[in-house]
Amino acid sequence: MGLKQKDLLAISDLSVEDIELILTTAESLKEVGGRDIKKVPALRGKTVVNLFFEPSTRTRTSFELAAKRLSADVINFSPSSSSVVKGETLIDTARNIESMQADIIVLRHSSPGAAENLARFVRSSVINAGDGWHAHPTQALLDLYTIKEKKGKVEGLTVVIVGDVAHSRVARSNIAALNKLGAEVRIVAPPTMLPLSVERLGAKVFYRFEDALIGADVIMMLRLQRERLGRALLPSIREYANLFCLTSERLKLAKPEAIVMHPGPLNRGIEISPTVADGPAAVILDQVSNGVSVRMALMYLLSGAA
Amino acid sequence: MTSPKAERILMDAQEMSRALSRISHEIIERNKGTQDLALVGIRTGGVFLAQRLATRIQQIEQREISLGELDITLYRDDLSIRKDQPEIRKTSILFNISDLKIVLVDDVLFTGRTIRAALDGLMDLGRPAEIQLAVLVDRGHRQLPIRANYVGKSFPTAREEKVQVFLEELGQVDRVSIISE
Repeated sequence: MGLKQKDLLAISDLSVEDIELILTTAESLKEVGGRDIKKVPALRGKTVVNLFFEPSTRTRTSFELAAKRLSADVINFSPSSSSVVKGETLIDTARNIESMQADIIVLRHSSPGAAENLARFVRSSVINAGDGWHAHPTQALLDLYTIKEKKGKVEGLTVVIVGDVAHSRVARSNIAALNKLGAEVRIVAPPTMLPLSVERLGAKVFYRFEDALIGADVIMMLRLQRERLGRALLPSIREYANLFCLTSERLKLAKPEAIVMHPGPLNRGIEISPTVADGPAAVILDQVSNGVSVRMALMYLLSGAA
Repeated sequence: MTSPKAERILMDAQEMSRALSRISHEIIERNKGTQDLALVGIRTGGVFLAQRLATRIQQIEQREISLGELDITLYRDDLSIRKDQPEIRKTSILFNISDLKIVLVDDVLFTGRTIRAALDGLMDLGRPAEIQLAVLVDRGHRQLPIRANYVGKSFPTAREEKVQVFLEELGQVDRVSIISE
């Protein structure tokens, strides 16, 4: 048992069996979060370093909590408070951290491939917590877990991913993961927000939101990343909201028991209306709590190979 | 081809059944009934044995008895030295164990390390009034100061021998055997 690889860099590193193992392990570990004493000794004496070169509260906190519930020691390392501003390279920073006997390094970085590059230079396990537009595999795993929990399966479901797919590591990792487990993936966005090689992603492309929603089991909204956009992609945010905001009316086009997901943080009124975000179909907060269980499972399984 | 395995049966189905019936009576006697009593089986074999004990105890006392399942993987003492991580299965104890008398149930008592892990696991879930231990087989070779309160049968074994409990619930014929390569 356990995972054979040292690192988790992208969904493509994992076989279907690996994914199933992570999800069942997470299911067993979820019970720990419901206890009065939310802590088990499995990773006692291990050190986890959160190395975050991009601001992130949710993901970093989730990894930190996951490591702490397994009794690992956690160090948070962010560039504003470190030697990175003094010009140290990523590899040198990581080697220094490794010399302090870190077992797992969780890396968030703005450059695609940063995690893979780092993994080649250190013996510690590296978990990619987001590298530029490339990949965010733990988000895809927690999304799979949430879909499986709510729908009982992933295979055969129709999943619609809505929004800026081109600039979304969440979308890229989710498309790969959903395809692996046999879901039908649809993507819908303005043409300027689709990647150039869109047909290679393994998803059906739609341009009208309403068309994509018909028969959907799962609707996955992406955050409109206003900080990453120039003006070039959209005439205006208001126009985007008119065409691509998930409203109660649009939600009715999907299957009656469809679930609504969002990786957060929400732009209320832009990609999702408050009535939907707070409504019965939304599983957004379940995604957050499942994220902790999935990251616990991953750290446990990777620490065997370390 | 694997070499043929020799099996020596230590307990057959009938002996197992009688041992479990006796243990059920002993549990009731020692605890003066089933007030504030609960059974917790250690995964995997212990869970099925705990179910069998619960059925018998309920028949005798005509009262429901709480039953839980404990997975001890996260509490193992070899996690930091093993190369492969053992599979984690579900712990499912749907009642508050605080102030209860808990009878832990396992199939084979050997080094005592599993029981040590189970005790730590239970203590993280609450503060039981008392923890007792019931095992189907005690094969000796303890590495920790642990002793069972209820024993189906004790066997002297060699350290390297493998004792296996076969259970109907797993699609096998009930028996306890020593397997040698």
